[in-house]
Amino acid sequence: MINSLPKLLNAAAITLKLLSVSLIIGLFIGLLFAILRLNKNIFINRFAYGYSYLFRGTPLLVQIFIIYFGLGQIEYLRTTFLWTILKEPYWCAIIAFALNTGAYTSEILRSAFQTIKPGIIEAGKSLGIPNKIIFYKIQIPIAIRQSLPAYGNEIILMMKGTSLASTVTLMDLTGVAKYIISTTFRPVEVFIVAGGIYLFMTFIIHNIIKFLEKKYSFNS
Amino acid sequence: MELLTFGDTGWGDELFYATLMTIAVAITAMLIGFFFALIFTPLKLSKNKFLNLVANTYTTIIRGVPELLVIYLFFFGGSAAVMFVASIFGYGEYIEINAFITGAFSIGIISGAYSTEVFRGAIQSIDKGQFEAANVLGLGKFGKFFKVILPQTLRLALPNLSNVWQITLKDTSLISVTGLVEIMRQSYVAAGSTRDPLFFYSFAAVLYLLLTFLSMKLINRLEAKYSRGY
Repeated sequence: MINSLPKLLNAAAITLKLLSVSLIIGLFIGLLFAILRLNKNIFINRFAYGYSYLFRGTPLLVQIFIIYFGLGQIEYLRTTFLWTILKEPYWCAIIAFALNTGAYTSEILRSAFQTIKPGIIEAGKSLGIPNKIIFYKIQIPIAIRQSLPAYGNEIILMMKGTSLASTVTLMDLTGVAKYIISTTFRPVEVFIVAGGIYLFMTFIIHNIIKFLEKKYSFNS
Repeated sequence: MELLTFGDTGWGDELFYATLMTIAVAITAMLIGFFFALIFTPLKLSKNKFLNLVANTYTTIIRGVPELLVIYLFFFGGSAAVMFVASIFGYGEYIEINAFITGAFSIGIISGAYSTEVFRGAIQSIDKGQFEAANVLGLGKFGKFFKVILPQTLRLALPNLSNVWQITLKDTSLISVTGLVEIMRQSYVAAGSTRDPLFFYSFAAVLYLLLTFLSMKLINRLEAKYSRGY
């Protein structure tokens, strides 16, 4: 039980790396698609809805497999520079995670944008602030504050999602745990240690989000 | 398209049965989850601190640990645990648990943690007056629960339970690691033998989308039924 701890802690670093990189990329994708969702053009709107429906309606495992096993099949892709990225399981996992969390993030941000009171935007307009600045300086900060609790849940769900990287040969925390279980046949002990590390990470993320919520809460 | 024909030459019938298997696992897991929720929701609402701790430990662990890790625990540890119990009763032979039972049970435990939270929230949001009114009418404990509280709980819980169902349905794809032939496993086998992973995994995605779409339609109907009068 103690012997496995250093190996699992090393693997936890990989899990954290996967998580943070895909969250950062996913946040940008989410913001982009949330803005597209609010667009009045029906095609752009439908496209953004289709994206989030597709990625929220299918299991993450399918998405990883399509990107890792499926895309390599297209001969054309193998000749482009994209292949240097797509032949690495690490980047395939990150692409899948980022697209997946991007879909959920876009829904969270969209509903946050929609709950902003029109009065706030009107107040900005009547002060003569240009639309662009209203968006960047008023709407985005309020939306981020509104979406913090839901986004915190999404981070924890994504952390659990990174365990699927082990299915495409990456040795993340779950991958190493499975390897140790199948070589030592000690499922319970390994589960306690690996599960404990995951719970610890959940606990830290939960508290960071709580701190941010408090910091950015409105005085009302 | 000839890849999807029924019979010996195509994968249509195999994928059809695999889809039925996915549905069967998801429904079984959901029911097992309800069973766990039935046990742990009262513990969560109880005034006893120890019972609270037991229920909170369950939901915290399950919601903080990846599904795949839970599945590995039961996949590798399940038969050992059953054999240990059997050895107490003097049965020493090797016992192998069916992949369906292992899968449905591990997904069920996960789904149960989410259902517990949903039911707890729903019961807590029922107006106190309803409990008092049921008491005043002189209903017994069971009458109060089944005739007054449960119907209202269902109405409040249904939207969130539909989320739990979607999560459970998608989680069944993870059971493919245990070798149970559901959509994901069948696609994996088909992709391996035809060397056409892009097609089969995309088709698996379409099947999952179809399942989530159809179940949403069904749940919307249920929601309409339980919210009549509001």
